[in-house]
Amino acid sequence: MVSRTKTLSATDVVQQTLRGRRYDLRAAAFPTALLATLLISLLFLAVLLIDIITDAWSVLSTRGLDFVSSPLSLSAESAGVWQGIVGSLMLAVVVALFSFPIGIGAAIYLEEYAPDNRFTRFINTNIRNLAGVPSIVYGLLGFTIFVGLMKLVGLEGGHAGKNVIAGGLTLASLVLPIVIITTAEALRAVPDSIREAGFAVGATRWEVIRHHIIPSAAPGILTGTVLTLARAFGETAPLLLVGAATGFFSTGNAGFLQKLTGAYTALPVTIFSWSRQPGADFRALTAAAIVVLLAVLLTANATAIILRNRFERKW
Amino acid sequence: MQGERESMGDEHLTEASDPADEASTKSHHAVSVSVGAAAESRQRASGDAEDQDIVFDIEHLNVYYGDFLAVSDASLQIRENEITALIGPSGCGKTTVLRCLDRMNDLIESARVEGSIKYHGVDIYGDGVDPVEVRRHIGMVFQKPNPFPKSIYDNIAFGPRIAGFKGDMDGLVEESLRRAVLFDEVKDKLNDPANALSGGQQQRLCIARAIATNPDVVLMDEPCSALDPIATLRIEELMLELKQDYTIVIVTHNMQQAARVSDRTAFFTVDMSRGGQRTGVLVEYDDTGIIFTKPSQKATEDYITGRFG
Repeated sequence: MVSRTKTLSATDVVQQTLRGRRYDLRAAAFPTALLATLLISLLFLAVLLIDIITDAWSVLSTRGLDFVSSPLSLSAESAGVWQGIVGSLMLAVVVALFSFPIGIGAAIYLEEYAPDNRFTRFINTNIRNLAGVPSIVYGLLGFTIFVGLMKLVGLEGGHAGKNVIAGGLTLASLVLPIVIITTAEALRAVPDSIREAGFAVGATRWEVIRHHIIPSAAPGILTGTVLTLARAFGETAPLLLVGAATGFFSTGNAGFLQKLTGAYTALPVTIFSWSRQPGADFRALTAAAIVVLLAVLLTANATAIILRNRFERKW
Repeated sequence: MQGERESMGDEHLTEASDPADEASTKSHHAVSVSVGAAAESRQRASGDAEDQDIVFDIEHLNVYYGDFLAVSDASLQIRENEITALIGPSGCGKTTVLRCLDRMNDLIESARVEGSIKYHGVDIYGDGVDPVEVRRHIGMVFQKPNPFPKSIYDNIAFGPRIAGFKGDMDGLVEESLRRAVLFDEVKDKLNDPANALSGGQQQRLCIARAIATNPDVVLMDEPCSALDPIATLRIEELMLELKQDYTIVIVTHNMQQAARVSDRTAFFTVDMSRGGQRTGVLVEYDDTGIIFTKPSQKATEDYITGRFG
């Protein structure tokens, strides 16, 4: 009797109550299943990367920088991606020049000025829809509008208006909805208390936006736009429709304006055209060009992350 | 001359057009002087001193958010150089009333105001009144400290700068910080980010920012609710000091705070009689001493003795 009361001391009772519940199979299986889905996605990525790098290795190891700096060529031994890189960079400049001011402006209007009514909500929804439109559709739009526009303003060049400006404008309209959405999200992340603080000291809406909201949202806008450029950098389909060269061409010693209005190509288009060539050497070239493209994209993403961390604000 | 000054004081809220008015809006110091002078001159001109020191005359104020009536038929007068406390349970509309006084409710699209709010005799919801100009005369401190994500110095200097202040900015920043009893704590780090300060310091910075534009009135929306008791005490001491120069209206959930600092107290409560809508109504408005010792309404007594809310 005495020993029994001892075993049931308060501590023992508490200990028994606090002891974990029985092993629950479903509760344990759930995180394991989640982990498996994560590993599967990583596995796809790893297989893809390993496959491409092994294919590309023969080209990258023997030619290295020469591959990056060589122009297009009909012979696989001397072909390089230089024109693709230059073309892609020129496209990126045109995209940035057109989509950033228009997209950021539209987002600031929608977030800070537009009244919250059905019309604004309708516009907002449809900007999201536009961001989901397949890129080939933008290619058709670019072909009918921008290529025609080039002819109209006399920037036809020797290529019937299918030049880097028309291509850039097409990509700019493709990424415009994304620029608007990311900018709007960055503006929405600025707490209303900052707006109130500005208004409370007698600032006008313009002064609040100019001095507080835009500086506060700038890191987010910057990150979003860099990622948007990366998206434009990887697009292929619309460029095929607005006439990026899929075959061999030479830029030779053309002047600046001729380069702008003449034949052009882009890195992903180069990859596309090489992938259609027969033979193991072009297969290796394709893989090597993909590695270069991935390197450019990863650099862009890393830049975006660094910018974000550097300028990130705490409220 | 006195008549001229008075009209300046009354009209500078509306779009300034003649050169004299423009001059008065150029420098915010000049503006606040003209407001003070207007009040003084009126006091001297008329023998009826009783309503001369009224800063806000709120009459039959109804505030709607869309179809929802948030405050119904509130009438009260707020006097110069006094601290007026608005108390009451959550949802009673006290913050809504406060935010009408500097037209901060304009930022909420669905908000609609009926009745009149006269500021030194001018209806701030009247035709041609620019809410931006209203807010230059009526400063505000918020529930949660909300410094700009900039330096301490820039937090103070922003208001005067956009108001066109051309004088000694360093001096003005120092004076504002001194009045908010913050200067000694931050004098060596004026260029540090304001967000690095403690909560209590941030709130005093926000008070310094509000008084840097030299307003006539400072509105405070539960300024101590995010602060610890020591920081709260410092803000309360600060309020008592500031009322020498400013008229202060404070919303508070803390009845002891209202009893400690305010001269007059308005008690609001929630009226559920309109089909279940929670409409705020003003129950009683009187000297703080009367509200907390012998209120005339049963509802007030129940609230302050803790039997309700």
